[in-house]
Amino acid sequence: MRFVDEFRDAATARALATKIAGLCEPGRQYKFMEVCGGHTHTIYKHGLEDYLPETVSLVHGPGCPVCVIPMGRVDDAIAIAEHPDVIMTSFGDMMRVPGGRGSFFDSKAAGTDIRMVYSPLDSLKIARNNPDKQVVFMAIGFETTAPSTAMTVLRAAQEKLDNFSIFCNHVTIIPAIKAILDSPDLRLDGFIGPGHVSTVIGCKPYDFISAQEGKPLVCAGFEPLDILQSVYQLLLQLKEGRCEVENQYSRVVPWDGNPKALEVIGEVMELRPYFEWRGLGFISHSALQVREKYASFDAEKIFNVPGVRVADPKACQCGEVLKGVLKPWECKVFGTACTPETPIGTCMVSSEGACAAYYNFGRFSRERVKEATHS
Amino acid sequence: MSTPSDTPTKANWAEQAVADHAGAEHLTREEQVLARIEKARRKKSRVKEERITLSHGAGGKATHTLIDAVFLDAFRNPVLEAMEDGASVTIGGADESGAGGVRLAFTTDSYVVHPLFFPGGDIGDLAVNGTVNDLAMCGARPLYLSTGFILEEGFPVADLQRIVDSMAKAATAAGVQIVTGDTKVVERGKCDGCYINTAGVGVLERPGLLSAATAKPGDKIIVSGEIGDHGVTVMLARGELDIEADVVSDTAPLHELVADLLDAVPDGVRLLRDATRGGVATILNEVAVASQVAVIVDEASVPVQEVVTGASELLGIDPLYVACEGRLVTIVDPAHADAALAALRSRPLGEKAAVIGELKDDPPGLVLLRTSFGGTRIVDMLVGDPLPRIC
Repeated sequence: MRFVDEFRDAATARALATKIAGLCEPGRQYKFMEVCGGHTHTIYKHGLEDYLPETVSLVHGPGCPVCVIPMGRVDDAIAIAEHPDVIMTSFGDMMRVPGGRGSFFDSKAAGTDIRMVYSPLDSLKIARNNPDKQVVFMAIGFETTAPSTAMTVLRAAQEKLDNFSIFCNHVTIIPAIKAILDSPDLRLDGFIGPGHVSTVIGCKPYDFISAQEGKPLVCAGFEPLDILQSVYQLLLQLKEGRCEVENQYSRVVPWDGNPKALEVIGEVMELRPYFEWRGLGFISHSALQVREKYASFDAEKIFNVPGVRVADPKACQCGEVLKGVLKPWECKVFGTACTPETPIGTCMVSSEGACAAYYNFGRFSRERVKEATHS
Repeated sequence: MSTPSDTPTKANWAEQAVADHAGAEHLTREEQVLARIEKARRKKSRVKEERITLSHGAGGKATHTLIDAVFLDAFRNPVLEAMEDGASVTIGGADESGAGGVRLAFTTDSYVVHPLFFPGGDIGDLAVNGTVNDLAMCGARPLYLSTGFILEEGFPVADLQRIVDSMAKAATAAGVQIVTGDTKVVERGKCDGCYINTAGVGVLERPGLLSAATAKPGDKIIVSGEIGDHGVTVMLARGELDIEADVVSDTAPLHELVADLLDAVPDGVRLLRDATRGGVATILNEVAVASQVAVIVDEASVPVQEVVTGASELLGIDPLYVACEGRLVTIVDPAHADAALAALRSRPLGEKAAVIGELKDDPPGLVLLRTSFGGTRIVDMLVGDPLPRIC
């Protein structure tokens, strides 16, 4: 496939792997966190770890949009969907995320009208076609998806639609990274920065990571060579004693982000005082809510949302996995009680979740498999 | 199919790992966890949901669990337990062994595709070809089909006529006759226009039985052409995505291709499957478990049209899981692989046939993919619907 194959070339990867190995100091262990779930998915899908020396490990971060949704918010969404005449719309990734009373799939099987859409604009179309129904969009994601949600609200306002609203669960990436950096049990050598989020917010907001926290960050693209090159750039910084924010994904990410998109988000949404993150607890100023000006498109205001906090299941260690403290397989219930078919935690649901990626793609002994696959 | 075989002669990595666990400290903690997971995966399956969800129909893990725990448990008999695409039965014969009797293949399938008409085909030819192919995959010559229609009140007769004409045409092309049928009409809203069931009978004229449990280390995996065309065509034809692509369904009868293959390689074919729901990945997982072998697939050699790769990339799905309706997967003895490939390629339907991998003995029960990028990963059974990713 043109424009993609170039970024998946095995010969280039081999050359890069040799350079990476050459940069590693003997006896030193390196730990880099890829913040974004999209990176986690790429790493496993292409088997990228086969190219890394054993001393370089990738730690999966909190940037999977559905993984950070707390159970109480799923229950709230289902409560909205249970109102008569409501059509709830959602991205596919959300459908299997368990709440305290089951998932969207379970709720749909029990009789609610929950539909999968690919874009919030699809929900708007459903609203136009069903004037006698209330159509709600389950808005999730980081700064990556927030602009399209905001644009949709503006469009609905323009069209004066009175049967469309959003259930806003948008979160912001920087507070999550701060929470990770505050975690005492994690020692990281650097970050692979979230490329998609950065197309919106740019690279500047990461300055504190290098300047104050002393960790290098390389903002990376989503093809396997992008990630491999970012690892190379991080190791090179460490070798040369530099600590900077670098932009590997400059073909897509402008250093200053996308002011227009930020403006749209700012018009429709504002920071919440605090928001609960799955496994990470309450983080202040870490999520977005709909501004008063657009209250008529805010499902939280229109419907009676229970808003009950539901504690994560005791056995679930998603929090530790999201913070990168535990590898997926180190979780007590990984692969036995918690599997992609019957997930307990959110990390086991989305294809971007660290546990699901490891279970679906990486669940084998590397040593054993080497012989079988490299004949 | 998904019942793990308990062949005591074959070293099972997971069992061995669990057994080793007590005495040997050489396993890393990660390997111990992996062994525990394999053990959990081999436990008897149970349907945990209180209600049927769409996942139960997606052809992946949930479908298998439902079949194992509900249907197989209730209907259990040796013919069903083989869990192939169709049943192989012997009728008549002098004694209980069935010697001298007629060996038949028998199968059924229901069709609920949406939309009913899509580029390259419609629910009608799908309903004929699908059942013809299930018979062909048993190694049978398809003979007779039955058909049942469930129609929704208000369904246009012109559409029904179009569907039935297309069935008639497909039946003629496949050399089968539709010899019995049934019609039911339900109230508006109780079904989505038109559902079709077909059942088929064919005659098994060749000795031996094709089975997912007969594959051996060293065997080669062949697909008969580019994969994923049907699934991608139907997904795009739903019009929910505003993506347009020049791709049509691959729906086609495969029995002649199969006959050529079995003529060319009478002793070398272990198994035939048409890669419908769940795609090639699901079939390979079934083989890995039933024969307790490792399936090694080379991503770069899997034939996929560029447009299908592109659409799958956009949808966040893997072509290995996407349904085909005119492609088969076969596992063949390595000594006969070249002959098998040549036989498939001699027909237009099989001209893009390719060897996509081979079987090894270790680690048994797993499908491993050598990615084009040069890495390694598992290809597991599909969980849930193939869901699009959001970012």
